[in-house]
Amino acid sequence: MAVRVLFFATYADLLGRAETELTLGAPTTVAGLLDLLRQDLPGADRLPARPMVAVNQHHAGLETPVVDRDEVAFLPPLAGG
Amino acid sequence: MPMIRSAAPPLISRDPIDLARLVAAVEAPEAGGIATFTGLVRNHHQGRGVSRLEYSAYESMAEQEMRTILSEAESRWAVKVVATHRLGTLEVGDVAVAVAAAGAHRAEAFEACRHVIEELKRRVPVWKREQYADGSEAWVEAREAQ
Repeated sequence: MAVRVLFFATYADLLGRAETELTLGAPTTVAGLLDLLRQDLPGADRLPARPMVAVNQHHAGLETPVVDRDEVAFLPPLAGG
Repeated sequence: MPMIRSAAPPLISRDPIDLARLVAAVEAPEAGGIATFTGLVRNHHQGRGVSRLEYSAYESMAEQEMRTILSEAESRWAVKVVATHRLGTLEVGDVAVAVAAAGAHRAEAFEACRHVIEELKRRVPVWKREQYADGSEAWVEAREAQ
């Protein structure tokens, strides 16, 4: 199960990358994905405890399910307008 | 009967925003009022002099979210509403975002216009990096005061 993970703005700077691909053993949630990222990806432990997140380009939450081929994006505080 | 209107302006643009184009896109014989909002790059932020800004976005989601906000406004009020957010490098005074809402009467035009800009700021994934007069740069982290 592969999931595409995107980082924007300050989070991309923090992690030194704008995206990564993660292989999951089983379906999880955004919270589960964050745990995996914090273990595996240098810098990910510096993401906030509850970052704003989108799954498949819709605002989502920590409990939102994540399954094969989903696109999960971590969004720093928005600053449009 | 469907009316022929100007082509809808882009939701996201790297080119300068033409407010007249947004207004033209909502003008209609049944519209008695058009309210517009124009957001500009200002020369200061939290006491620091700003010389220019770089706007970036999660573009596919930003477009989708803007489309959702516009259709929410159009179902809540009897209005036709359009909006464009600019991306890329902007100078002080440049238009960063514009909204135009047309209604039969001014109340719904004002309300829909206000709603769209507030929801856009709250929900559309856009970020800005400021370049200051002293040459340093920073992402704008805090949401600005309303």
